Amino acid sequence: MLRYTFNRLLMMIPTLLGVAILVFFLLRLMPGDPVAMMLMGDGGANVPPHVLVEERARLGLDKPMYVQFLKWFGGVMQGDFGYSMWTGKSVIYEIGIRLELSMQVAVMATILAILLALPLGTLSAIYKDTWIDHSIRMFSIAGLAVPSFWLGMIIILLLLSNFAWIPPLTFTPFFEDPWLNLSQLIWPAIAVGYRYSSVATRMMRSSILEVMQEDYIRTARAKGVYERLVIARHAMRNAMLPVVTVIGLEFAFLIGGLVVTEQVFNLNGIGKLFVQAVARGDYTLIQGLVLLVAVFFVLINFFIDLLYGLLDPRIRYR
Amino acid sequence: MNTAAVTITYKVPVRRHPVRLFITQQPLGAAGLIIIVLMAIAAMFAPWVAPYDPLAINYNAMLARPSAEHWLGTDSFGRDVLSRIIYGARTALAVGFLASFIGSTIGAIVGVVSAYFGGKTDMVIQRIMDVILSFPIIVLAITVVAVLGKNIVFGLDINLVIAIGLPMVPKVARVVRSSALAIRELPYIDAARTAGFSHLRIIFRHILPNVVAPYLIMLTAFVAQAILAEASLSFLGLGVTEPTPSWGLMLSGAAADFYEQAPWMIVFPGLAISLAVFAFNLFGDSLRDWLDPKIKL
Repeated sequence: MLRYTFNRLLMMIPTLLGVAILVFFLLRLMPGDPVAMMLMGDGGANVPPHVLVEERARLGLDKPMYVQFLKWFGGVMQGDFGYSMWTGKSVIYEIGIRLELSMQVAVMATILAILLALPLGTLSAIYKDTWIDHSIRMFSIAGLAVPSFWLGMIIILLLLSNFAWIPPLTFTPFFEDPWLNLSQLIWPAIAVGYRYSSVATRMMRSSILEVMQEDYIRTARAKGVYERLVIARHAMRNAMLPVVTVIGLEFAFLIGGLVVTEQVFNLNGIGKLFVQAVARGDYTLIQGLVLLVAVFFVLINFFIDLLYGLLDPRIRYR
Repeated sequence: MNTAAVTITYKVPVRRHPVRLFITQQPLGAAGLIIIVLMAIAAMFAPWVAPYDPLAINYNAMLARPSAEHWLGTDSFGRDVLSRIIYGARTALAVGFLASFIGSTIGAIVGVVSAYFGGKTDMVIQRIMDVILSFPIIVLAITVVAVLGKNIVFGLDINLVIAIGLPMVPKVARVVRSSALAIRELPYIDAARTAGFSHLRIIFRHILPNVVAPYLIMLTAFVAQAILAEASLSFLGLGVTEPTPSWGLMLSGAAADFYEQAPWMIVFPGLAISLAVFAFNLFGDSLRDWLDPKIKL
């Protein structure tokens, strides 16, 4: 297991380096001069050319590309992602104050997806081709089609007309008032979690159907194990593997869903920050955010692989 | 050995058109296909199908309820919602098809090249694909949109299409590569090599035609995702811009200010997105079951 972990860890290095290079050079292709944009703002006030040159020198933008990259990458390695060109605060600070909110919604959506997918997928498989199966499948196919931001709007619409609820303007941290916090965040979690649970439900269904064909299920039945236990202990456990993968892979979608859904619920999270940064052309911030999201995603996949190795020892030997 | 004479009766298979075969074997997929075709017709003939000009502002009918004149109501400028949805189908289908086509085609070529040459080339290409895969679709698309800006060709933002198509490349490449790896070992590829054909000719004439099944499956599956991506980007104000009708754009901005007064402004464009994505998913799933059930997306 240690060797497997180590090998997987080594494989991550070229990917992460590639991610950093891609992010850096992609953003250098951005049209417009960020210094001019920063100093002149939207008004287009006249700034003397020598000030622009000085500012460029101060930010190190007059150096060759590879020097800029090495300087930036060296900083990133030490946890210094630079400063937002718009607010002047450090990128880490800007992300830090918003991370808790986005992470909480993401985690809640994941829990919701797992809680829904495991029983629904299993039920759908056991009662294959009955009305139970048909309705669960319709529910999950619909989940793939409904855009999360629209679902969010519909939720707001329903809450508004039935309970006069509007998305709150400020976010209450969990430890300040858990109840208020959950009542605020459950709705965005449902909006982004629906698609997530649908994908997992479909995977769980096909996985259970596959596992039920295995010899050990027949053996368990033959030795007289209750059907309930056959399903819970033999089928569900073995069907979990692909579901775990899909939940990990869909985490990327979840982050994407959050980018849009945070706008709808007026949540000041990572997604909203990202959209703002793009709108303002704040490229140190975009750079930092995209890099962090990608690193996070690579790490998630790494842990999924480890979990895979733990759940199915055969994989470690490959 | 059983020596008794065995008579085998052959049922001579009736040759049927593949489209008819698909419809009888995959009724759900056929239903999806019908929705897609109807949408495509409405989009193509929008000027004749739509009851109003989608851009016509009518201050006498602002935020009008759904009625006989305006079936799905009007928006805050008095523009007919139904007409805007019909014209919006143009944007959604054009961007969806084109992005998916470009992304899948490049992905298929990358996958086949990677499998055909193998070794170091394969390794390098796969690492590059891993890097692109490390970005969530929307995040990568938004970044590309921000970097490339706008580039309107024939009324279509080609950079938006690229931004949505790019994240598909590694996914298609991966699936096509694994199919192509198996084909590479087949005798007719050796035969082609012996005949002295160039790499390019072998790739394009002998391998690519044989990975059409996974290519088509990925292509249809990604149209649905591309439509969703276009809607999301337009919703964020980073995709299609006013006054071009787009489903995502219809949901952004003003729509949210009129939750209570004009819920139809929110409900119907979203239903249009959902219906389109649903139809493509249904068709894509059935196409996969029909062509090659082993392919995992």
